[in-house]
Amino acid sequence: MTTTRPSLNFVLMDAPLESARTTTAFRLLDIAARRGIPIKVFAYEGAVMLPYARQQPHANAVHGTSVEEENHFLPRTAVAALMETAQRQGGQLDWVNCGLCVDERGAGEPIAGVRRGSPVDFWQQATASLNTLVIATRD
Amino acid sequence: MTTTPTLLIDSRDPFASADGGFARELALALARADVPVTLFYVHNAVLGTRRGAKVKPHAELAGSGVTLLADAFSLAERGIDAQQLAAGVAAAPLDVVIDKLLAGWHVIWH
Repeated sequence: MTTTRPSLNFVLMDAPLESARTTTAFRLLDIAARRGIPIKVFAYEGAVMLPYARQQPHANAVHGTSVEEENHFLPRTAVAALMETAQRQGGQLDWVNCGLCVDERGAGEPIAGVRRGSPVDFWQQATASLNTLVIATRD
Repeated sequence: MTTTPTLLIDSRDPFASADGGFARELALALARADVPVTLFYVHNAVLGTRRGAKVKPHAELAGSGVTLLADAFSLAERGIDAQQLAAGVAAAPLDVVIDKLLAGWHVIWH
């Protein structure tokens, strides 16, 4: 008999590289992924840019540092790593980007594994999950 | 009124936000209504957990049954040692949030 572990659902709203909330959100996702807990994420508003595939590292001419020396953190690589960790631990990270939010931002090129959705998907994620944590934008 | 155990996450600097006391007030109200409640401080909210910090006394919250926890990572980021915490506050890993979600608690990040 196959048993399905209950999933946890997260709502993210903050744009990348702007808020400590996103860092902590990634830490929470990492904990769940390492435990093999199935994870669902619904990204609203600026958070749809987190898995944007065109994020690029850059050098810093002012500081005289190369791309390698700058070693920029790219949120898309963190999302991909979380997906890999979840899968390796027997879980899954199902990431849905709000379609309207994507269109507003021209963010229609996410990394592999990210799908486009609507608030209906969020509702379905929430009803299918054991629990939901909303990490809303705060100033 | 719900009696579902509740985890409140407070990330606001109590000295920089006029809204910084909201989570503490809500935690106290829930505890007085016999709702099991844990208040988990993260980010700059941990600044208010230092012994001597001029915020609503943690002793009152702890005395009312509120469990007070401060994210160990946020404390370390700010150079706050566990020995510097106010009475009634304990350092804890972020895993607490996942544990409460799995246990079916209401988890609210203010």
